[in-house]
Amino acid sequence: MGEYMVLLVFAFVLSIFLGFELISKVPSQLHTPLMSGSNAISGITIVGALIAAGEVGGGWLSVLLGTLAVAFATINVVGGYLVTDRMLGMFKHKEGR
Amino acid sequence: MGSLIQLAYIVASVLFILGLKMLSSARTARRGNLISSIGMLIAVVATLCNGGMQYQWIIAGMLVGGGIGAIAAVRVPMTSMPEFVALFNGFGGIASLLVGWAEYQRGLATEPSIGIGVSLPIFLAVLIGGVTFTGSMVAYGKLSGKLNGKPILFKGQQFANGALMLLAVALGVVYVVNPEATYAAFIGIVALSFVLGVLATIPIGGADMPVVISLLNSYSGLAACAAGFVIGNTVLIVSGSLVGASGIILTTIMCKAMNRSLTNVLFSGFGAAGGSVSAAAQGEAKPISAEDAFYVLEAAQSVVFVPGYGMAVAQAQHVVRELGELLEKNGAEVKYAIHPVAGRMPGHMNVLLAEANVPYEQLVEMDDINPHLPTVDVAMVIGANDVVNPAAREDENSPIYGMPIINVDEAKTVFILKRSMASGFAGVDNPLFFKENARMLFGDAKASVQELVNEFKSID
Repeated sequence: MGEYMVLLVFAFVLSIFLGFELISKVPSQLHTPLMSGSNAISGITIVGALIAAGEVGGGWLSVLLGTLAVAFATINVVGGYLVTDRMLGMFKHKEGR
Repeated sequence: MGSLIQLAYIVASVLFILGLKMLSSARTARRGNLISSIGMLIAVVATLCNGGMQYQWIIAGMLVGGGIGAIAAVRVPMTSMPEFVALFNGFGGIASLLVGWAEYQRGLATEPSIGIGVSLPIFLAVLIGGVTFTGSMVAYGKLSGKLNGKPILFKGQQFANGALMLLAVALGVVYVVNPEATYAAFIGIVALSFVLGVLATIPIGGADMPVVISLLNSYSGLAACAAGFVIGNTVLIVSGSLVGASGIILTTIMCKAMNRSLTNVLFSGFGAAGGSVSAAAQGEAKPISAEDAFYVLEAAQSVVFVPGYGMAVAQAQHVVRELGELLEKNGAEVKYAIHPVAGRMPGHMNVLLAEANVPYEQLVEMDDINPHLPTVDVAMVIGANDVVNPAAREDENSPIYGMPIINVDEAKTVFILKRSMASGFAGVDNPLFFKENARMLFGDAKASVQELVNEFKSID
């Protein structure tokens, strides 16, 4: 567990740096879609929710909490991606008018 | 199967990264979002391939959540994007909290003991997730007008917040060291996280909301990250930290655009706290009729629109675009100058103007428009106030002194579309209204612009 934990921390630190690099290149005109899009990505917690809701043997409370987590995370994922798509569909450049 | 699932998680992470990378240009952004969503689909499907799962509750949760999410996403008007994003942020936060709690519950039932490698991230997921949830709900309430947007301050507020935070950490230590026997401490952490989220958000005024939702955006990512440590899952950690980094960058940009530190935004209750009183702006504002404004616009060679939150409230973006097109047809060069904190979230104005079919080449950032403003014939300020307030440049006692602004007062003529002489969200007087070259076009922004459009149409 100890060594695996260190690897996870390693992935965490590298991803933070990668995130800084990626996001600082996003122009300010796209900041709202960036927020709603990254919001949808933070719905990745759905993976943990699915495991919690689907696991056998944790008792009813664990399943209930997991199911609620699945519902909330799915709202976040589905709503986030759809609204970002809707927004970005509105960004047009001159020739396309 | 296990390593296949892990490989799928790597693919998902790569797709998230590619998706964010494609957001760096408006041309590729939509495809980027699609790629990112495919990554999410892969991650979900891979997780469902884990052996020995029961699916009935998963399906129920996904159907309910998917339905709500889809309906909300289709229905929400673009003007309400800030509160929509705040609300969804909160859902991400509560989901991470619930994941932490469920894993704790399961650990108690099935494991002989819960190690610190699990209990510590559970604590973090619950604390950050809970703060994100209630903080976002308060932000949602303020942005949607369901709660008063004014900062709520009381005596000893920072002391109370600090004490509660210390209490949460103390309970955290108790819980993390011995999670098997400290359920009460755990429940205390959940409750405290909710209280802290509320307390941290209520002292922040409506105009500072761009900072707050950026910060909460970051928290929702970090909460997902913590949940990733709980279940030892790389894809949660990678994507959670990408979002965390994104929120931090946006927060920094917003703070810079207001020339304030993050601590100042979070704790000062801007606009409510006194500070030194600045000299009240002197003079008389000169009103102008729509007809006279039209004659000026008709002769103008270059026009710059400066939209603010008021344009969103009045839903004036479509008629503004119509006026812009008529001006172009009339031979004028038309630009839209966007201040980084115009509106209630980063990039809010860009989305509204995009909705109204303004091509994005016409949108100009503050630093690019300012050098050209002295040569601009007419600057039209629509529902913006603090972001064009020259007191930020000239009056050292002004609370917004030092904030970078769009220098509309340097244009040959400035039209300010405004309901009344009331001050902006920050409650600061605006000497712009009394400048020699400024004219006030009073009334509802949408109605005023519509009048101008009608004037233009009547000469055809």
